[in-house]
Amino acid sequence: MNNTVPIVALTAGAFLALLGAGFAHDDLFAAHMWVLFFTLAASMIVLLRRVRFAPAGEAAVRVDRSGYFDEVIKYGTIATTFWGVVGFLVGVVIALQLAFPDLNFGPWFNFGRVRPLHTSAVIFAFGGNALICTSFYVVQRTCRVRLFGGDGLGWFVFWGYQLFIVMAATGYLLGITQGREYAEPEWYVDLWLTVVWVAYLVAFLGTILMRKEPHIYVANWFYLAFIVTIAMLHVVNNLAIPVSFLGVKSYSAFSGVQDALTQWWYGHNAVGFFLTAGFLGMMYYFVPKQAGRPVYSYRLSIIHFWALIFMYIWAGPHHLHYTALPDWAQTLGMVFSIMLWMPSWGGMINGLMTLSGAWDKIRTDPIIRMMVIAIAFYGMSTFEGPMMSVKAVNSLSHYTEWTIGHVHSGALGWVGMISFGAVYFLVPKLWHRNRLYSLAMVNWHFWLATLGIVVYAAVMWVAGVQQGLMWREYDSQGFLVYSFAEAVAAMFPYYVLRAVGGLMYLAGSLIMAFNITMTILGYERQETLPGAVPAGLQPAE
Amino acid sequence: MEVYTAMRHFADSWGLLVMALFFVGVVVSTLRPGAKSSANDAAQIPLKED
Repeated sequence: MNNTVPIVALTAGAFLALLGAGFAHDDLFAAHMWVLFFTLAASMIVLLRRVRFAPAGEAAVRVDRSGYFDEVIKYGTIATTFWGVVGFLVGVVIALQLAFPDLNFGPWFNFGRVRPLHTSAVIFAFGGNALICTSFYVVQRTCRVRLFGGDGLGWFVFWGYQLFIVMAATGYLLGITQGREYAEPEWYVDLWLTVVWVAYLVAFLGTILMRKEPHIYVANWFYLAFIVTIAMLHVVNNLAIPVSFLGVKSYSAFSGVQDALTQWWYGHNAVGFFLTAGFLGMMYYFVPKQAGRPVYSYRLSIIHFWALIFMYIWAGPHHLHYTALPDWAQTLGMVFSIMLWMPSWGGMINGLMTLSGAWDKIRTDPIIRMMVIAIAFYGMSTFEGPMMSVKAVNSLSHYTEWTIGHVHSGALGWVGMISFGAVYFLVPKLWHRNRLYSLAMVNWHFWLATLGIVVYAAVMWVAGVQQGLMWREYDSQGFLVYSFAEAVAAMFPYYVLRAVGGLMYLAGSLIMAFNITMTILGYERQETLPGAVPAGLQPAE
Repeated sequence: MEVYTAMRHFADSWGLLVMALFFVGVVVSTLRPGAKSSANDAAQIPLKED
C-alpha cells in the first residue's frame, strides 16, 4: 500500500488550509486553519515516509487471517481507549474547576471552553470511536462479508472522524463555538463531519446489502438506526448561514423557540440514537458472544427496536419544560418519555435474561460482569430519565446537579461499561491472543468504575435536590430565603466528592489502558483466573 | 393554508395513522406463531463462527 490517493488529498487539503489561514476573515479562523494545516501536513509526512518502492506484486502481500477488514477495527479499539482516558481526565479537571475556581486558566482553559471539550471527548471521541469500530466488527461478522467499499473507505471513515475530533477539540479551546449543546463545532467542521458520516453510512449499508447471511441480525438494525438518525439530526440542527466562507461565525437558520426545540430535538435524540441505539447494537452482539448463548428473546429485541425508535424521536421537548415552548409540545415530550419505560425495560430484561442458565458467569467472568452492570445502569438511568421528564419532578430537578448525576449514571454506567466490555472482548480476538494480559485488572477496573459511578451519582442526587429546594425556598413573607450565591457555596463538598468519584473512574480506565497495551504487546500475566478452583480443594462429600 | 398548519394537520391525521399502523403491523408480524422458528434461527447468527 503506497497510499497515493491519501497523500495527494492530504497535500491538497494542507494547501487549502494554508490559503484559508492566509485569507481568513477573522483571527480565530486563521488560527484554526493553521491547526488544520499542521495536522494535515504532519499526516502527509507520516504517509510519505511509509512509501515503499518494492515491485508492485511484493508490496501487496498482507496477512489477513479472518478474511474481514480488521485492521481499522484495531486502530478503532486503540482510539477508543485513548480518547476515553483523555475524556475522563478532562472531566476530572472540570470537576475540580467547579470545586476550586482558581484552577480556571484563562482564556484557553476556562471551564466554559473545557466543558464542551469533556462532553465531546467522551461522547463523540470515546463513544463515537467505540461505535464505529464495533459496528464495523459486528456488521462484517453477522453479514459474513468484508466491509463494503474496499479498505480505503473504512480508513477514510476512521481517519476522517479523528480529524473531526481534532478540529472540534482545538476549536473549543480557541473559543470557537456555535453555542448549541453537544453540537458546538462551527459550520465548516460540521460540513466535514457530514462528509465522513455519509461515507460511514455507505460502508455500513453497503456491507448489509452485500451480505451472505439472509437475515439482518438485530444488532445491525440498531447500528443502522443510529447512523441514519444521527445524519438527519446533525444536518437539520446545524442548518446555519456563515457570515463569511473564510470566517468562523455562523447564524442558525431558525430563531426563537423553534431554534430551541430543534436543538433539543437534536440533543435528546443524540442521547437516544447515539448513546442508546448504537450501544444497544453493541449489547445485542457482545453479550451473547461473551456469554456463549443466543439473546434471551429475539422477538422481544425486534419489538424493542421498533418501539424505541418510534418513541425516542418525540421525547426532546422535555428539555424545555416551563419555557416559551407551547404547552402541548411539552406534554407530548413528557408522555413519550414516560412511554419509553416500556421498550427500555424490555431491552434491559432481554439483555440480562440472556444470562439465564449461565448466571455463574457473573462470578467467574469479569467481562460479563462489566456488561451486566452496564445493562443494569441502562435500566436504572432509563427509569430515572422518564421520571425526571414529568413536569412536577422537572420543576425541582431541572438546571440542578441532579441532571448531571442522571447523565453520568447513563454515560459512565451504561455507555462506558458496555464499551469497556466490548473492548476487552475485541482486543484478544483482533490480535489473536489467548486471553487478556490480566483478568484481575479487569476486576479492578470493574470495581473502581462501579464505585466511582455510585459515588458520583449519589452525590449529585443529594446536591441536585438540595440545590432545587434552596432555589424554591420562600419565607412567610413570600421572599426567597437563599441568594443564588449561597446555593453555589453549599455545593462545595459535593463538588469535591464528585471529583473523587470521577478520579476513581479515571483510575479504572488507566488500568484498562495498561491491560490493553500489554495484551497487544503479547504478554500474559501469571495469575489465578477468577472462578478457577484452587489446587488441593476437594468438593464436599 | 400556511405550510406549518398544513404539516401539523398531516402529522395529526394521516401521518399518525400510517405510523401507528406500521408499528402495530411490526408487532403483530413479530409475534405471529410462525415467526418463532425464524427468530430462533436469527438469534444464532452471532454464535455461528469465531
